[in-house]
Amino acid sequence: MAERTPVKDWETDFDVMDSRYIADPFTIWDQLRQTCPVAHTDRRQGAWLLTTYDDVTEAAHDVATFSSIEVGVIGADPDEVPDRVLEYGLPPISADAPVHTWTRRLLLPWFSHRRVDEYEVITRDLCRRLIQGFVEKGHADAAADYAQQIPVRIVAQILGVPGDQADVFTGWVRDVLEFADDRERVKHGAEGIFNYLTEEVQRRREDPRDDLISQLVHGEHDGVPIGEDIVLGMAALVMIAGIDTTWSGIGSSLWHLATHPEDAARLVAEPELIDSAIEEFLRAYSPVTMARVVTQDVEWKGCPMHQGDKVLMNFPAANRDPAHFDRPDEVIIDRAINRHVAFGSGIHRCAGSNLARMEMKVAIEEWLAQIPTFSLVEGAELTWAGGQVRGPRVLPVQFP
Amino acid sequence: MKILVNADKCQGHARCYAIAPELFDVDDYGQSTVRGDGVVPADLIEKAKLAIANCPEYAIDVLED
Ligand code: HEM
Ligand code: SF4
Repeated sequence: MAERTPVKDWETDFDVMDSRYIADPFTIWDQLRQTCPVAHTDRRQGAWLLTTYDDVTEAAHDVATFSSIEVGVIGADPDEVPDRVLEYGLPPISADAPVHTWTRRLLLPWFSHRRVDEYEVITRDLCRRLIQGFVEKGHADAAADYAQQIPVRIVAQILGVPGDQADVFTGWVRDVLEFADDRERVKHGAEGIFNYLTEEVQRRREDPRDDLISQLVHGEHDGVPIGEDIVLGMAALVMIAGIDTTWSGIGSSLWHLATHPEDAARLVAEPELIDSAIEEFLRAYSPVTMARVVTQDVEWKGCPMHQGDKVLMNFPAANRDPAHFDRPDEVIIDRAINRHVAFGSGIHRCAGSNLARMEMKVAIEEWLAQIPTFSLVEGAELTWAGGQVRGPRVLPVQFP
Repeated sequence: MKILVNADKCQGHARCYAIAPELFDVDDYGQSTVRGDGVVPADLIEKAKLAIANCPEYAIDVLED
């Protein structure tokens, strides 16, 4: 694992895997936005960190300067030799036009609001069954026993793979996203996902079904069958992007409600606030930071960026920018104006955002319907993941 | 009031549709359009303003106040 020395100066030496950044990135962003809105670090082959709303959204729209060919917040070591190189990575997230455009178009209908209405029924049923499993006990790990169990099963359904493998999928995705500093774990997770999906792709070739993988395997672009690398990359992306992110969103929302009983009580009394509450949780506890690669030497906001530099698109920090949000550090569940960019900005807007919103809404509604009052277990240890995806991983709550 | 969704700017966040499904529809690819001719009935003007203020891409234009 990469040696991690404590950060001394966030402007010139930041580290998004630093324990302080994972515990409380908010004060660090507030400071950087004022003193050094485009921060830099030499760690891990170097990177820039954007923290204002205007900079993050401008960079997200400037796809000519900021390419998506490498979107991992923690990159691979330069001397690392991957076992399997997919020609376009995980499109559309790791592609620029033209591959981005057509691969994205193939995915979008699977996550349209019409489709998502259909998935709502199974999501609600799943949430109820999960709660039944622990409601009588008076306590649960709201992250591991609940939040973590939901998105993975809906993603499995869409891909057409068995939901009883949920824990295995979750393990692989965590290896890739959360433990990116431990290259052995990343390798293990990536291998798991690709070997598994390669077999599933093969199976669908002979025996197509009504699922996303089958559609991709038998799909065409410009009259040519879609290459196996692209099919694998797209299926892997849906798995990777659809699990950790949404689970983090549900977990952070439950953490907020456990620590702010007045908001939980208000949501129970005024259930019509659920939509604005979810938008506010997405804003205040945005799970996802992405990266870009600079395509040419450029002076950007006074900073000398070089071709190949990594730039971190800090959507979570943008969403706490006082220039765009009134009282940004307060969670106001009926906030009327909330132009947050938790799902990104511009052409890479999260393709799964309708699904993610529905899952968060249903998960919180069902939880509050059966467990209207709950709190953190006193003295119990909480853990948070951070870096690319931020959210609670151990969240012991009680509801006596 | 008359509104229009700028198709070049809209990226399908679907905030408009969530706030005012009476005024907007979003297709299977995330593209939003205003229903009908874009003229907002008097009782929906507040909702239209909210949708405009919540669009992360600033994609909803006001053609007539
Ligand atoms: C709360 C949950 C989620 C959050 C916060 C989130 C966030 C994001 C963000 C910020 C991006 C933009 C990436 C960029 O600009 O480079 C993105 C892209 C994407 N997300 Fe999500 N996501 C979530 C859930 C999901 C789900 C449930 C799925 C699907 C099952 C999904 C699939 C995708 C895909 C396919 C892309 C790539 C879109 C493109 O590059 O055109 N996401 N997501
Ligand atoms: S909120 Fe804006 S970007 Fe999103 S669908 Fe509506 S018009 Fe398009």
